[in-house]
Amino acid sequence: MYYAVTIATLITMALALTRALLGPTVYDRVLAVNMFGTKTVLLFSVIAFLAGRPDFLDLALAYALINFIGVLAVLEFFRSRAARRAEEQREADQRAADGPGAQRRGGEPG
Amino acid sequence: MELVLDLVSWVLLSAGGVFVLIGGIGALRMPNLYTRMHAASVTDTMGAALVLTGVMVQAGLSLATIKLAAILLFLLITSPTASYALASAALLAGIKPDAGHAADEGADS
Repeated sequence: MYYAVTIATLITMALALTRALLGPTVYDRVLAVNMFGTKTVLLFSVIAFLAGRPDFLDLALAYALINFIGVLAVLEFFRSRAARRAEEQREADQRAADGPGAQRRGGEPG
Repeated sequence: MELVLDLVSWVLLSAGGVFVLIGGIGALRMPNLYTRMHAASVTDTMGAALVLTGVMVQAGLSLATIKLAAILLFLLITSPTASYALASAALLAGIKPDAGHAADEGADS
Protein backbone atom coordinates (compact mmCIF):
# COMPACT_ATOMS: atom_id res chain seq x y z
CA MET A 1 0.00 0.00 0.00
CA TYR A 2 2.96 2.30 0.53
CA TYR A 3 3.88 1.74 -3.11
CA ALA A 4 0.47 2.95 -4.31
CA VAL A 5 0.71 6.18 -2.31
CA THR A 6 4.33 6.69 -3.38
CA ILE A 7 3.41 6.31 -7.04
CA ALA A 8 0.37 8.61 -6.69
CA THR A 9 2.54 11.23 -5.02
CA LEU A 10 5.23 10.93 -7.67
CA ILE A 11 2.66 11.32 -10.47
CA THR A 12 1.24 14.40 -8.73
CA MET A 13 4.75 15.82 -8.39
CA ALA A 14 5.26 15.31 -12.12
CA LEU A 15 1.93 17.05 -12.84
CA ALA A 16 2.86 19.96 -10.55
CA LEU A 17 6.23 20.24 -12.28
CA THR A 18 4.47 20.34 -15.66
CA ARG A 19 2.25 23.15 -14.40
CA ALA A 20 5.31 24.97 -13.07
CA LEU A 21 6.99 24.72 -16.47
CA LEU A 22 4.00 25.87 -18.53
CA GLY A 23 2.12 28.07 -16.05
CA PRO A 24 1.30 31.32 -17.84
CA THR A 25 1.83 33.67 -14.88
CA VAL A 26 4.52 33.61 -12.23
CA TYR A 27 1.85 32.89 -9.59
CA ASP A 28 0.96 29.63 -11.30
CA ARG A 29 4.59 28.66 -11.02
CA VAL A 30 4.75 29.60 -7.33
CA LEU A 31 1.57 27.60 -6.71
CA ALA A 32 3.00 24.57 -8.49
CA VAL A 33 6.32 24.79 -6.65
CA ASN A 34 4.50 25.10 -3.32
CA MET A 35 2.46 22.04 -4.21
CA PHE A 36 5.61 20.19 -5.24
CA GLY A 37 7.14 20.97 -1.84
CA THR A 38 4.10 19.74 0.06
CA LYS A 39 4.11 16.55 -1.97
CA THR A 40 7.80 16.11 -1.18
CA VAL A 41 6.96 16.19 2.53
CA LEU A 42 4.28 13.53 2.01
CA LEU A 43 6.65 11.45 -0.09
CA PHE A 44 9.32 11.58 2.62
CA SER A 45 6.81 10.53 5.28
CA VAL A 46 5.66 7.55 3.23
CA ILE A 47 9.15 6.53 2.15
CA ALA A 48 10.29 6.61 5.80
CA PHE A 49 7.94 3.69 6.41
CA LEU A 50 8.40 2.08 3.01
CA ALA A 51 12.15 1.83 3.55
CA GLY A 52 11.88 1.35 7.33
CA ARG A 53 13.96 4.45 8.08
CA PRO A 54 12.10 6.68 10.57
CA ASP A 55 14.85 9.33 10.46
CA PHE A 56 13.38 10.47 7.14
CA LEU A 57 10.62 12.10 9.18
CA ASP A 58 13.09 14.70 10.42
CA LEU A 59 13.92 15.50 6.81
CA ALA A 60 10.22 15.86 6.06
CA LEU A 61 9.74 18.26 8.97
CA ALA A 62 12.74 20.36 7.94
CA TYR A 63 11.56 20.38 4.33
CA ALA A 64 8.10 21.58 5.35
CA LEU A 65 9.65 24.51 7.23
CA ILE A 66 12.01 25.45 4.40
CA ASN A 67 9.26 25.17 1.78
CA PHE A 68 6.91 27.43 3.71
CA ILE A 69 9.52 30.10 4.37
CA GLY A 70 10.71 29.96 0.77
CA VAL A 71 7.25 30.37 -0.73
CA LEU A 72 6.45 33.28 1.59
CA ALA A 73 9.72 35.00 0.73
CA VAL A 74 9.17 34.62 -3.03
CA LEU A 75 5.58 35.85 -2.72
CA GLU A 76 6.62 38.87 -0.68
CA PHE A 77 9.15 39.72 -3.40
CA PHE A 78 6.55 39.52 -6.18
CA ARG A 79 3.95 41.32 -4.07
CA SER A 80 6.22 44.29 -3.44
CA ARG A 81 7.17 44.35 -7.13
CA ALA A 82 3.49 44.46 -8.11
CA ALA A 83 2.85 47.24 -5.59
CA ARG A 84 5.81 49.23 -6.95
CA ARG A 85 4.59 48.84 -10.53
CA ALA A 86 1.09 49.96 -9.57
CA GLU A 87 2.60 53.02 -7.88
CA GLU A 88 4.66 53.88 -10.97
CA GLN A 89 1.59 53.44 -13.16
CA ARG A 90 -0.41 55.78 -10.97
CA GLU A 91 2.33 58.43 -11.05
CA ALA A 92 2.50 58.14 -14.84
CA ASP A 93 -1.27 58.58 -15.08
CA GLN A 94 -1.03 61.59 -12.79
CA ARG A 95 1.65 63.15 -14.99
CA ALA A 96 -0.42 62.48 -18.12
CA ALA A 97 -3.46 64.08 -16.47
CA ASP A 98 -1.44 67.20 -15.64
CA GLY A 99 -1.47 68.06 -19.34
CA PRO A 100 1.09 68.46 -22.11
CA GLY A 101 2.79 71.38 -20.33
CA ALA A 102 4.03 69.05 -17.59
CA GLN A 103 7.17 67.02 -18.07
CA ARG A 104 6.57 64.28 -20.64
CA ARG A 105 9.11 61.65 -19.81
CA GLY A 106 8.18 58.42 -18.10
CA GLY A 107 4.70 58.20 -19.61
CA GLU A 108 5.06 54.53 -20.44
CA PRO A 109 6.31 52.32 -17.59
CA GLY A 110 8.82 49.62 -18.17
CA MET B 1 -6.52 -6.18 15.96
CA GLU B 2 -3.45 -6.05 13.78
CA LEU B 3 -5.59 -6.79 10.75
CA VAL B 4 -8.07 -4.03 11.65
CA LEU B 5 -5.29 -1.49 12.03
CA ASP B 6 -3.78 -2.58 8.72
CA LEU B 7 -7.17 -2.27 7.05
CA VAL B 8 -7.84 1.20 8.49
CA SER B 9 -4.37 2.36 7.51
CA TRP B 10 -4.78 0.90 4.01
CA VAL B 11 -8.11 2.68 3.50
CA LEU B 12 -6.72 6.00 4.76
CA LEU B 13 -3.58 5.73 2.63
CA SER B 14 -5.42 4.84 -0.57
CA ALA B 15 -8.01 7.58 -0.02
CA GLY B 16 -5.16 10.02 0.55
CA GLY B 17 -3.42 8.84 -2.60
CA VAL B 18 -6.61 9.31 -4.61
CA PHE B 19 -7.08 12.84 -3.23
CA VAL B 20 -3.47 13.72 -3.99
CA LEU B 21 -3.82 12.43 -7.54
CA ILE B 22 -7.12 14.29 -8.11
CA GLY B 23 -5.57 17.50 -6.82
CA GLY B 24 -2.58 17.09 -9.08
CA ILE B 25 -4.73 16.51 -12.16
CA GLY B 26 -6.88 19.49 -11.19
CA ALA B 27 -3.88 21.77 -10.75
CA LEU B 28 -2.75 20.87 -14.24
CA ARG B 29 -6.10 20.95 -16.02
CA MET B 30 -8.07 23.79 -14.38
CA PRO B 31 -8.51 26.88 -16.58
CA ASN B 32 -7.18 29.78 -14.46
CA LEU B 33 -5.10 30.59 -11.40
CA TYR B 34 -7.80 30.66 -8.73
CA THR B 35 -9.41 27.41 -9.83
CA ARG B 36 -5.96 25.85 -9.88
CA MET B 37 -5.41 27.03 -6.31
CA HIS B 38 -8.73 25.46 -5.40
CA ALA B 39 -7.59 22.14 -6.86
CA ALA B 40 -4.15 22.33 -5.27
CA SER B 41 -5.60 22.99 -1.82
CA VAL B 42 -7.30 19.58 -1.93
CA THR B 43 -3.89 17.91 -1.83
CA ASP B 44 -2.73 20.18 0.99
CA THR B 45 -5.63 19.42 3.32
CA MET B 46 -7.42 16.16 2.57
CA GLY B 47 -4.49 14.46 0.84
CA ALA B 48 -1.90 15.33 3.46
CA ALA B 49 -4.25 14.64 6.39
CA LEU B 50 -5.33 11.23 5.08
CA VAL B 51 -1.86 10.06 4.07
CA LEU B 52 -0.23 11.20 7.31
CA THR B 53 -3.04 9.74 9.43
CA GLY B 54 -2.72 6.45 7.59
CA VAL B 55 1.03 6.34 8.22
CA MET B 56 0.39 7.32 11.86
CA VAL B 57 -1.97 4.36 12.30
CA GLN B 58 0.74 2.14 10.89
CA ALA B 59 3.37 3.59 13.23
CA GLY B 60 1.39 3.03 16.42
CA LEU B 61 2.36 4.83 19.61
CA SER B 62 5.93 5.90 19.06
CA LEU B 63 8.16 8.87 18.43
CA ALA B 64 7.39 8.59 14.71
CA THR B 65 3.72 9.31 15.40
CA ILE B 66 4.61 12.47 17.29
CA LYS B 67 6.80 13.61 14.42
CA LEU B 68 4.05 12.84 11.91
CA ALA B 69 1.55 14.76 14.04
CA ALA B 70 3.95 17.70 14.11
CA ILE B 71 4.28 17.56 10.30
CA LEU B 72 0.50 17.38 9.91
CA LEU B 73 -0.10 20.27 12.31
CA PHE B 74 2.54 22.31 10.55
CA LEU B 75 1.12 21.62 7.10
CA LEU B 76 -2.39 22.48 8.30
CA ILE B 77 -1.13 25.86 9.56
CA THR B 78 1.20 26.77 6.71
CA SER B 79 -0.67 25.74 3.59
CA PRO B 80 -3.67 28.09 4.17
CA THR B 81 -1.17 30.85 4.95
CA ALA B 82 0.72 30.21 1.72
CA SER B 83 -2.55 30.04 -0.24
CA TYR B 84 -3.70 33.32 1.27
CA ALA B 85 -0.39 35.01 0.49
CA LEU B 86 -0.49 33.66 -3.08
CA ALA B 87 -4.07 34.82 -3.71
CA SER B 88 -3.36 38.20 -2.14
CA ALA B 89 -0.23 38.71 -4.25
CA ALA B 90 -2.01 37.61 -7.44
CA LEU B 91 -4.97 39.90 -6.73
CA LEU B 92 -2.65 42.81 -6.04
CA ALA B 93 -0.86 42.12 -9.32
CA GLY B 94 -4.16 42.54 -11.14
CA ILE B 95 -5.20 38.95 -11.89
CA LYS B 96 -8.98 39.08 -11.55
CA PRO B 97 -11.06 36.13 -10.37
CA ASP B 98 -13.48 36.70 -13.24
CA ALA B 99 -16.14 34.03 -13.63
CA GLY B 100 -17.12 35.32 -17.04
CA HIS B 101 -13.69 34.83 -18.55
CA ALA B 102 -12.53 31.71 -16.78
CA ALA B 103 -9.67 30.73 -19.06
CA ASP B 104 -6.24 32.31 -19.18
CA GLU B 105 -6.23 34.79 -22.03
CA GLY B 106 -4.02 33.62 -24.85
CA ALA B 107 -2.68 30.68 -22.88
CA ASP B 108 -5.05 27.77 -23.21
CA SER B 109 -3.86 24.80 -21.22
